[in-house]
Amino acid sequence: MKNHDDHISSYQLNWTVLLVLLMLTTISILAIKMHLGAYTVALALILASVKVTIVLTYFMHLKFENLLLRLMVGGVFLLFAIVIAITFTDYYFR
Amino acid sequence: MSTTEHSDHMDSDTGKLGMWLFLFTELFLFGGLFIVYAVMRSKYAGDFHHAALELNAFIGATNTVVLLVSSMTVAMSLTAIQRNQKSLAMGLIFITLILAGVFMVNKYFEWGHKIGLHLYPGSDVMKTLPHGEIMFFGLYYMMTGLHALHVIIGGILLTIVMLRINSGKINSQHYLLQENGALYWHLVDLIWIFLFPLLYLIT
Amino acid sequence: MNNTSTTVPLNYLNHKTGLWSWLSSTDHKRIGLLYLYSITTFFCVAAILGLLMRIEKFAPGPTIMTAQTYNAMFTIHGIIMIFIVVIPGLAAVFGNIFLPIMIGAKDVAFPKLNLFSWYVYITGALLGLYSQFANGHSPDTGWTFYVPYSAEASSNVVIALTAAFILGFASILTGLNFIVTIHKMRAPGMTWFRMPLFPWSLYATAWIQLLATPIVGITLLMVIAERTLQIGFFNPSLGGDPVLYQHLFWIYSHPAVYVMILPAMGVVTEIFPTFSQKPVFGYVPIVFSSLAIALVGYFVWGHHMFTSGMSYESRWFFSFLTFIVAIPSAIKVFNWLSTMYGGSVDLKPPLLYAISFIFLFTIGGFTGLTLGSLATNIQVHNTDFVVAHFHYIIFGGMGFGFFAGIHYWYPKIYGRMYNFKWANIAWAFVFTGFNVLYFPLFIIGIQGMPRRYFDYDPKFQTGQMISSVGAVILIIGLIGMISNLVYHVKRGAIAPANPWHGVTLEWQIPSPPPHENFDEVPVVTRGPYVFDNPVTK
Repeated sequence: MKNHDDHISSYQLNWTVLLVLLMLTTISILAIKMHLGAYTVALALILASVKVTIVLTYFMHLKFENLLLRLMVGGVFLLFAIVIAITFTDYYFR
Repeated sequence: MSTTEHSDHMDSDTGKLGMWLFLFTELFLFGGLFIVYAVMRSKYAGDFHHAALELNAFIGATNTVVLLVSSMTVAMSLTAIQRNQKSLAMGLIFITLILAGVFMVNKYFEWGHKIGLHLYPGSDVMKTLPHGEIMFFGLYYMMTGLHALHVIIGGILLTIVMLRINSGKINSQHYLLQENGALYWHLVDLIWIFLFPLLYLIT
Repeated sequence: MNNTSTTVPLNYLNHKTGLWSWLSSTDHKRIGLLYLYSITTFFCVAAILGLLMRIEKFAPGPTIMTAQTYNAMFTIHGIIMIFIVVIPGLAAVFGNIFLPIMIGAKDVAFPKLNLFSWYVYITGALLGLYSQFANGHSPDTGWTFYVPYSAEASSNVVIALTAAFILGFASILTGLNFIVTIHKMRAPGMTWFRMPLFPWSLYATAWIQLLATPIVGITLLMVIAERTLQIGFFNPSLGGDPVLYQHLFWIYSHPAVYVMILPAMGVVTEIFPTFSQKPVFGYVPIVFSSLAIALVGYFVWGHHMFTSGMSYESRWFFSFLTFIVAIPSAIKVFNWLSTMYGGSVDLKPPLLYAISFIFLFTIGGFTGLTLGSLATNIQVHNTDFVVAHFHYIIFGGMGFGFFAGIHYWYPKIYGRMYNFKWANIAWAFVFTGFNVLYFPLFIIGIQGMPRRYFDYDPKFQTGQMISSVGAVILIIGLIGMISNLVYHVKRGAIAPANPWHGVTLEWQIPSPPPHENFDEVPVVTRGPYVFDNPVTK
C-alpha cells in the first residue's frame, strides 16, 4: 500500500512560483491604469486564471499527481464555466 | 486487509482524494456567489465601477500578497516535513498562521472603516445608493465574509497540524493531515486570487 | 462480547449489542440500517401529511383544515419527502449496506465520516421538524422557498433553510465517501467494467451530490442573508432579480432529481438479471447512460422556469436539452426489457416492484416531455399535471425502486424471509392506490386545476374525490407492505445465503453478512453478470 508519493518540491521551486505569482499580481494592478474599458474584466480574469493554474499545478502539487486527479480538477472548472454560460443564455438575451 | 498500519494511518492516496473532492464542493459553494456577481456585474457595470472606488485597493493588494506568500510557506512546510526538518516545518506553518492573522487584521480594518461610514447591507446609507452599488456591496460583504470564515477554518486546521508535528504524530513518514491542511489553505488563496481583481480592480 | 447462543453464527447484527453499539458503529451495514429506520419513520410522517392533504381536498372549501394549515402541510410534506427521504434514500440505505460488499471491500473509504454523516443528517432532519413547532408558525413557502415570499414571510423560514443546508451537507459527505470508495477500494481484479451496475449508478449519483448540492447551500444562505441583512440579491427594489433565485435553486434541484432516480435505476438493474437468470442486456450502454444522465442533467434546470420571464433563447436551449436527457433513460428501459426477454422469469415481489417501476417511471418520463415542450408547458405549468408528473417519477420511480430494493435485499440484511403472498397483496393495494391517486391529477391539471391550491372550482371535484380515494388505498397498501417486512425481521423463515440465485458478490456471503463482510478478500476474475446454470436451480 503506497503511503506517500515520492516527489518532494524543492524550496527553490516554491520561491520561483511565488515570484511569478507576485509578478502577475503586479501586472493585474498596473493593467487597470491602462483604461481598457470592457476588456478590463477579461484581462483580470485571464490573469487570475493563470495564477490559479500556477497555484494548482505547483503549490497544490497537481503537476506531480496522477492524470485522474488532473482530469477531475479540469472537469470541475469546465462544468462551472458551462453553468455560468447557460445562465447567461437568459441574461444576455433578455 | 486489516493491518495495524491500516488502522493507525489512512492510505495517503485515499485521504488526499477525499480532500480534493471536498475542495470541489467549496469551489461550487463560492461558485454560486460568482454566478450572482457575473449577473449583477453585467447588469450594472457602471455602478460596480463606481462602488469599487470605495474599496482600498492597497489593502486588497497587500492581502493578496500576504496570501500568496502564505501559500508558499505552507507548501514549503511540506518539503520540510518530507526532509525530516521538523522545526523548520513547524516554523513555516507558524509563519503561515501569522500571515493569516495579518489578513484578518486588514479585513477587520477594511470592514470597520466601511461600517463606520454606514456602508453595510440594510443601512440607512445603503438604501440611498443606486441599485448596482447596493448589489456590489452585498456581494463584497458576502464574498469576503464567507472567505474570511474559511481563513479562520484554515487557520484552525493548520494550528492542529502544527501541534501534531510537535507531538510527532505528523512526521516524515506520515503527513497526510499536513498535506490536506495545506490543500485547504491553498483553496483559501485560490478564491482570493479571483476575488481581488473582481472586487478591487474594476475601477 | 457476544451474548448469542452457540448455534447462531456471529454477524453484523449480533456481534455487538446494545443501543450505544449501534449509535457509535462505523460499520457501513449498521449505518445503512440507521438510515433505513430514520428514513422510514420520516416517510411515514410525510405520507400521513399527504393523506391529510388528500382528505382536505376531497371537497371544495375547508374540509378538515384551514387554508394556512394546508399551505404549511404541502411545504413540510415536500421538505421531508425531498430532503429527508428521497434524496438520501437509496444511496444512504442500500448504498451504505451494499456498495462495499458489491465491490468486495470491507467498508467504505471513510467509515468514521460515514457515521458522522448520519448524525449531520439527523440534526438537519430534526431541525426541519422543529421549524414546524418553534415560536412563529410553520413555513408555508413550499419546499422550493421561492422569493419574494420566502424573504418576506413571517414564518420560521430561516430555521427550515438552515435545516435544508445541514441536510445538504450530509448528502455531500455521503457522495464524497462513495466516490473515494469506488475509486480506491474495489477488490483485486474488479476493474471498472467488472463492477456491478448498482455501484456504477451510485458513482454517477455521488458526483451530482458532490457538485450540485453546494450551489443550493449557498443559495439558501443568500435567502437567509436576504431576510436577516437585507442583502438584496433577489429583491428588485434593491436592484436584485427574483428569477436569479430560481436559476440558482434549480441549478441544484434539477440535478437532485437524478440523485433520486439513478440509484433506483441501479437497483432494478440488479433485480432484472437475477430474476431472469440472464446477464444484463447492454452493460456498457447502461454505464454510459448513467454518466450521461448525471452530466446532461446539469444543463436542463430552466425547464422549471419557462413562464418566469427568461429569454426566448434560453427557453429554447433548456427545452432542447430536456429532450436530449430523456434519451439515456429510454436506453435503460430498452435494456431492462431486453434483459427479461428470453430469460427464466420468476415473478417474486422484487421483480413485481421492478416491473411496476418501469411502467410508472415511463408514464412519469413521457409526461416530463409534455412539460419540457415550450408550448404545452404554458398550459400545464403549476397545475396538478406537474404534481402527477413528479409523483410518478419520484414516487413511482425512486419509491418503487426502494420497495423493490428492500424486498430484494431483505433476506441478505436480516437473514429472514418475508411472506410472499402478503407482499403481493400489499403490492396490489400500493400499485392500484398509486394510480388512482395520481392519474386523475393529470386530467384535472390539463383542465386547469392549479397546484398548491387549497380550494377549487366544483368542476374538478370528481377528479379530486377519485384521487383522495386512491390515497386511502395506497396508505392501506403501504401499511400492509411495511408490516409484512417488520413482522418477519424476527419471525420470518431463516433465509439462505442466496435465495434468488443472484451472482453478484453480496449473494456469495452469508445472510446476514459477517461484520467484516468477507473472510478473505475476494479476487475477481470475470464480469458481474455471469450465470453458470441459468435455467436449472
